[in-house]
Amino acid sequence: MPEEPLFVQRFEIGGRDFRNAGKASTTAKAILKEIGIHPAVIRRAAIAAYEAEMNVVLYARKGIMEIRVSPKDIQIRLEDEGDGIADVELAMQEGYSTASDEIREMGFGAGLGLPNIKKNADSFHIHSVVGKGTTLEITVLL
Amino acid sequence: MRACPTQAIRVRQGKAEILEDRCIDCGECARACPHKAIIPQTNSFTDFSRFKYTVALPSPVLYGHFRKDILPATILAGLRKIGFDDACDVACASEAVSIAIDGYLDSYRGPLPLVSPFCPTVVRLIQARYPNLIDLLIPIDSPMEIAAREVRHRKMEELGLRRDEIGVIYLTPCPAKIVAIKYPPRKAVSHIDGVIAIADIYYLLLSAIAEMKNGPYADVNPVGGSGLGWPVLGGQLSFLRPESSLPVGGLHDVERILHEIENGKLGDIQYVECHACPEGCCGGLLTVDNRYLSRSKILNLVARFGSTPCQDREKIRELYRDNYFSLPGEIPSRPFTLLDKDIPRAIEKRKRIQETFEELPQIDCGACGAPTCQSFAEDVVLQRAALEDCLALKARQAHTTASP
Repeated sequence: MPEEPLFVQRFEIGGRDFRNAGKASTTAKAILKEIGIHPAVIRRAAIAAYEAEMNVVLYARKGIMEIRVSPKDIQIRLEDEGDGIADVELAMQEGYSTASDEIREMGFGAGLGLPNIKKNADSFHIHSVVGKGTTLEITVLL
Repeated sequence: MRACPTQAIRVRQGKAEILEDRCIDCGECARACPHKAIIPQTNSFTDFSRFKYTVALPSPVLYGHFRKDILPATILAGLRKIGFDDACDVACASEAVSIAIDGYLDSYRGPLPLVSPFCPTVVRLIQARYPNLIDLLIPIDSPMEIAAREVRHRKMEELGLRRDEIGVIYLTPCPAKIVAIKYPPRKAVSHIDGVIAIADIYYLLLSAIAEMKNGPYADVNPVGGSGLGWPVLGGQLSFLRPESSLPVGGLHDVERILHEIENGKLGDIQYVECHACPEGCCGGLLTVDNRYLSRSKILNLVARFGSTPCQDREKIRELYRDNYFSLPGEIPSRPFTLLDKDIPRAIEKRKRIQETFEELPQIDCGACGAPTCQSFAEDVVLQRAALEDCLALKARQAHTTASP
């Protein structure tokens, strides 16, 4: 069987780097549009990627986002180095946030990021180690 | 080539070519071209001899092109003097459209924000890059179309002429409106029969007005109302709903806002007024005055005459409910470049574009005729260009073969 075509691209994300915040997910979205994936699918993948990217910018030291596009699905993987999440179950609840006043001041930290990713993904895994970092695996089916 | 916001221009054998699929009619290339070799297609006077009766419909942008004491009524009289059988105001229709939008927002219950459909370049951009947002474009017709429809009906009744004997000619501030009239995005037929650029008629009109004694004209049917503010960014709705409308001008910022909307943000705003030109239509490519001068004169007119409504709000609301302003039909999505209809093959091609791009020097020198290395990589994979066209790559290869 011939190998399935697979498009892979990695992006580096800097913590607190507001100058470039959102660039990785914007570029990823543009690529999905070029490939010609259905707009509704792109929308879900882009929102998930954006929220995940902003989590790294807002809460972690740095991170990597990798996007893999196959004829079946879009996989977005984020690995960050940061404080990690002590109670993942709590963090998944809408409205829960550990954001500082400063972050809330900027219009973030409403506690909607992770639930929003889950809502837009077909499968979503989160793994976090306190003091080390968090890994997200997001899949959106085509 | 680099001025193009959608990378639609390629230079081949010293000449600029436009990739039609990617062109959004913004006119940035014509602004930037040092030789003024890019000219939008408009009509000239002679084209209208087939009509028995002609009516000029100037974009209200024209009102911002004269001394402060030359009022819209005089400008309309000037248009009659230079050869049109009549000239009618569009600003009054603009006021009606504002009231109609207000009515639409009152009854609308879907996702927010809604987006203004009046800048054809923005509509084209949304069709190409933001198909998710097509449903957010308000299905209300533009002031120029409403005014054209009304004046034609009125003249048919008054003069007993047939529909095709009346020529309704729009005086446009930009090339995008010409395309929108020739090819309306919702596939409806335009009520406008011809277009002349404001810049092409300005001198003639100016001389005609200079010869006229300003006196009597200014008082006949004075033009007033909030529609006068439409040429300026924010003029569409800010006076009706300042707290929930967001005016955005300039393609770069428009793209950023559309991107935010696509990410599910800005839901607390009801109406986003988007213009490709930074100051709104008064900064259009086919205008004469500097956009800031024009803007200042328009705002002056609004300050003097804007608060005298030319429409009965309740009557317009009623017309709105009777679908007088609504625009049926759907806007299709029109993506720029389709890599391949088949998704697996498109993924493969996108992968090859990335690999090609990584081989390139990534200095965007433009010597190959494409504006960026990224667009060149796309051209190579889609066989619009050959890898050998990259001079920097060739030089590097020559260097490595010469010194093993």
